[in-house]
Amino acid sequence: MKTILTPTPLVSHPDEVRIVSKRFGQGATSIDRYIELDGYKAARKALEMQPEDIINEVKVSALRGRGGAGFPTGMKWSFIPKQSDADKYILVNGDESEPATCKDRLIVEYDPHSVIEGTIIAGLAVGAKLGFIYLRGEYRYLLEIVERAVADAYAKGFLGKNIFGSNREFNIITQTGAGAYEVGEESALMESLEGKRGLPRLKPPFPAIKGLYGGPTVINNVETIASIPPIIINGGKWFASFGPEKNGGARLTCLSGHFNKPGVYELPLGYPAKKLIYDVGGGIPKGRSLKALVPGGSSTFLLTREEAESASMDYDWFAKRGEFLGSGGVVAIDDQTCMVRMALCIMKFYQHESCGWCIPCREGTDWLKKTLMRFHAGGGMEKDIDQMLYLAENMAGRTFCALGDAAAFPTISIVKKWREDFEMHLDGKPCPFEKKGARERDLAVV
Amino acid sequence: MRFSEELETRFARLASQYPWKRSALIPMLLYAQDEVGYITDEVVSDIAHRLELSELDVRNVISYYSLLRTKPAGKYVVQVCTNISCLLLGADELFEHCKHRLGVGHKQVTPDGRFSLEEVECIGACSWAPAIQVNYDFHLDVTPEKMDKVLDQYATKAQA
Repeated sequence: MKTILTPTPLVSHPDEVRIVSKRFGQGATSIDRYIELDGYKAARKALEMQPEDIINEVKVSALRGRGGAGFPTGMKWSFIPKQSDADKYILVNGDESEPATCKDRLIVEYDPHSVIEGTIIAGLAVGAKLGFIYLRGEYRYLLEIVERAVADAYAKGFLGKNIFGSNREFNIITQTGAGAYEVGEESALMESLEGKRGLPRLKPPFPAIKGLYGGPTVINNVETIASIPPIIINGGKWFASFGPEKNGGARLTCLSGHFNKPGVYELPLGYPAKKLIYDVGGGIPKGRSLKALVPGGSSTFLLTREEAESASMDYDWFAKRGEFLGSGGVVAIDDQTCMVRMALCIMKFYQHESCGWCIPCREGTDWLKKTLMRFHAGGGMEKDIDQMLYLAENMAGRTFCALGDAAAFPTISIVKKWREDFEMHLDGKPCPFEKKGARERDLAVV
Repeated sequence: MRFSEELETRFARLASQYPWKRSALIPMLLYAQDEVGYITDEVVSDIAHRLELSELDVRNVISYYSLLRTKPAGKYVVQVCTNISCLLLGADELFEHCKHRLGVGHKQVTPDGRFSLEEVECIGACSWAPAIQVNYDFHLDVTPEKMDKVLDQYATKAQA
């Protein structure tokens, strides 16, 4: 089944730092064009380096996982044992499924060789000879692009038994999943790649010790891997210089929801959220004001307007508050939106995606969804509000993987910060926002 | 059973490329579904045989993944995302529009077998919301008017 490819729209803003997006829209899906644009120089350079020097350069760069967890990449690589009887693997996580996140698709669509090159370098750094690029099932069109890119890299001798004539071996296998949010979690991803249901594994052992096929495995997000070649070429210090301490580089930031200028922008870490909202994102349409901001995918704590306007888009600003920067998916929610409906939309998703393995998540998401549905329909009771908070707080931190947390965090923040929205639905009253036409179609920008 | 030559070649490669053969299961199921339309009992037993798995094992995997189906769908599966970014820009109304236009509801197939409709979770097209997928094709910044045009195009293709 061939897919139709209509290029995904690109946007730009003067504050952007073009690190992983530098070849977007430049025809870099062609291997020759990629080479012309300095492609595969980093892999050649890495072949001349000692593995520990590669890892050190990545440590110095302060690159942190772009999937959402923000774990330092160099440190993750350093956990891989030097000597191992079992084969080691690189697994590139392109199962981009966190709601509001649509960045990895652009990298694979416009610059697939940067992902291949980053994977080769990761392999050289940890001593792996096989890498996997796993894309979500909905991204079939990207599989076609990356399959062609991999075939071209083999034809040039950049992959295979003797890469770049170095007598060293590296191979890449590409595949897609088949529709499951949970598979974005690293241990569930390995299960899925092994041809099983995507259930999370108990950790420890961590993937670095016992991962895919029982071997030490590095699992990195697509954007993380695509950041590696520029770090090797320009140095870790260069990369680190773009953001605050311990927050190297820039991030593809996906603006969606009530923004005048939605799109994916590459902005330095630590970018002020106020500028992000009103300058890059062009502010809120229809002269309305911001009510809530999702900082990085639907599993993060939502921010009120006041909080959002003082936020700094780096991992540590959020970590200091006990919150998360997340996956780069920023959603603006305007003042005519019902936060009960938002909580319901978010919970409906997690209930659908819970794999059912851990009881707090399986039961908690289901009860919360049912309560929110009843509440939004006008059947809410005063005691439900605290009950929802109680349920959510008891899900967090009590599951194998982070899906339970992901469902709990936005719910906790919505109930705590917009309690009055819940109170407005009490006593059988219909949703007050629907009457004002908050969900009328808002397509003026199309 | 025998698939097309192209798929047989692909299957042969899939069955040999992974360190563990079983890894080929999900890709094989997807490709078989693309060719046959859905995962029939025959497909299950064939793939189980090829990968030396039990049929139960294969069915267990199928039931986990939302893109895999064991019932026929329309030739074109219209998937409307109603997750957060799309919802904020009118996905509910878009889904209602599709229901009226196609005369079917969630996971139902039109009587002529040309279309089926599904409300789906985030498809990773958030900055271009509301978005839909028809089979594997993305359509971005969709309005009801654009939706009508898109459906007309597929209706014409279905007749061809």
